[in-house]
Amino acid sequence: MSGAKAIPIILARQLASCVAMPILLVDVEGNLIFYNEAAETLMGQRFEETGEIPAEEWNRMVTVADENRVPLADDERPMRAALLQRRPVSRRIWTRRGDRPWRQVQVTAFPLVGAEDRLLGAMNIFWEVR
Amino acid sequence: MRVTLWGTRGSLPTPGTDTFAYGGNTSCVAVQGYEGTLLVLDAGTGIRTMGATIGAEVRRVDVLLSHLHMDHIQGLGFFPPLYRPGVEVHIWGPVSTKLSLRTRLMRYLSPPLFPVGLRELPSELHLHEVPADDLRIGEFRIDAALVCHPGATVGYRITDLRGKVLTYLPDHEPALGDATFPSRTPEWTSGAALAEGSDLLIHDSQYTADEYPGRIGWGHSSMRHALDFGKLTGARHVVPFHHDPGHCDAELDRLLGAAIAEAKPSYRVTPGREGTTFTL
Repeated sequence: MSGAKAIPIILARQLASCVAMPILLVDVEGNLIFYNEAAETLMGQRFEETGEIPAEEWNRMVTVADENRVPLADDERPMRAALLQRRPVSRRIWTRRGDRPWRQVQVTAFPLVGAEDRLLGAMNIFWEVR
Repeated sequence: MRVTLWGTRGSLPTPGTDTFAYGGNTSCVAVQGYEGTLLVLDAGTGIRTMGATIGAEVRRVDVLLSHLHMDHIQGLGFFPPLYRPGVEVHIWGPVSTKLSLRTRLMRYLSPPLFPVGLRELPSELHLHEVPADDLRIGEFRIDAALVCHPGATVGYRITDLRGKVLTYLPDHEPALGDATFPSRTPEWTSGAALAEGSDLLIHDSQYTADEYPGRIGWGHSSMRHALDFGKLTGARHVVPFHHDPGHCDAELDRLLGAAIAEAKPSYRVTPGREGTTFTL
């Protein structure tokens, strides 16, 4: 079977499905492979409708900016940074999908590292700043 | 390949007159290839009687451990080939993020829990950690992957030269966190890649549907989950396995019969009983 997910990724999805915080999961290439119900509000669409979203499309869909609303380079996006640097990243950002209103969120992204130090993806948790 | 069940009980050896039919020994399955390769899946208490059938002419045995919970290693110290000089015994087990397989096994195979240490065994002992790439043992190709069960646990997919497939998932909770299991696609289901299209699937079926909600996260499946998993993965023959120590023969007959009647599987189901042999 191609595309079989590693157990930590499956368990991360199961955890995300059971909690109320918005959570996104990306694979090692940065493809968005799951987001939970709470994150559907931020995404504006249900996961069942979009399915997995390739990294390039995902980066185009959502603009991520710093606290001054200056767009972040791809590698500075918290999720991407967590993958590239293999460390947790936590920062406050502005995010916007298409021409919808900006939303300010606090995001914590951390890499999922499996046995034998294998990078599997990253989990990203959002708290909306109100 | 010929697959023989030597121990089908989960969690705790359960000897007694009321468990005689399904058996009271904990997990152990022997896989004999047509070219002579011998694999032993898990080292529960069933491995003692299984080991007694291995003749002195056998010079290599491979023991594949799904994980290191006690019911899967308790019989290891009673495995006769370990005490035969010159016999190669290869033990394969799941990789851990912290301790080597040797260190973890020595916790059991050393005083005060066991009188003989690993270092004292006269056989030629080789320890290997899985998953491993392109693993072949004799005539078998072995695919191992981590599966959903507390602690590092793997399932095995064993393919012979004829393309026949045995999948062994004795301790497995694919329904964890999925209240409507099996609601997700196979690629999002623990163990599904290992079990896809198996000719024989030996799968955890420890609980009844009523018992499972009180044991979520303990790493096991209900009988219905096992049957649904078989359907999801396209298995041709499913063997419910790892029976709860609290279920006697009469209860297992009734509970498994009811689960099968409810699930109406399109594939064959043979409840795991000690001594049963399957030929693939």
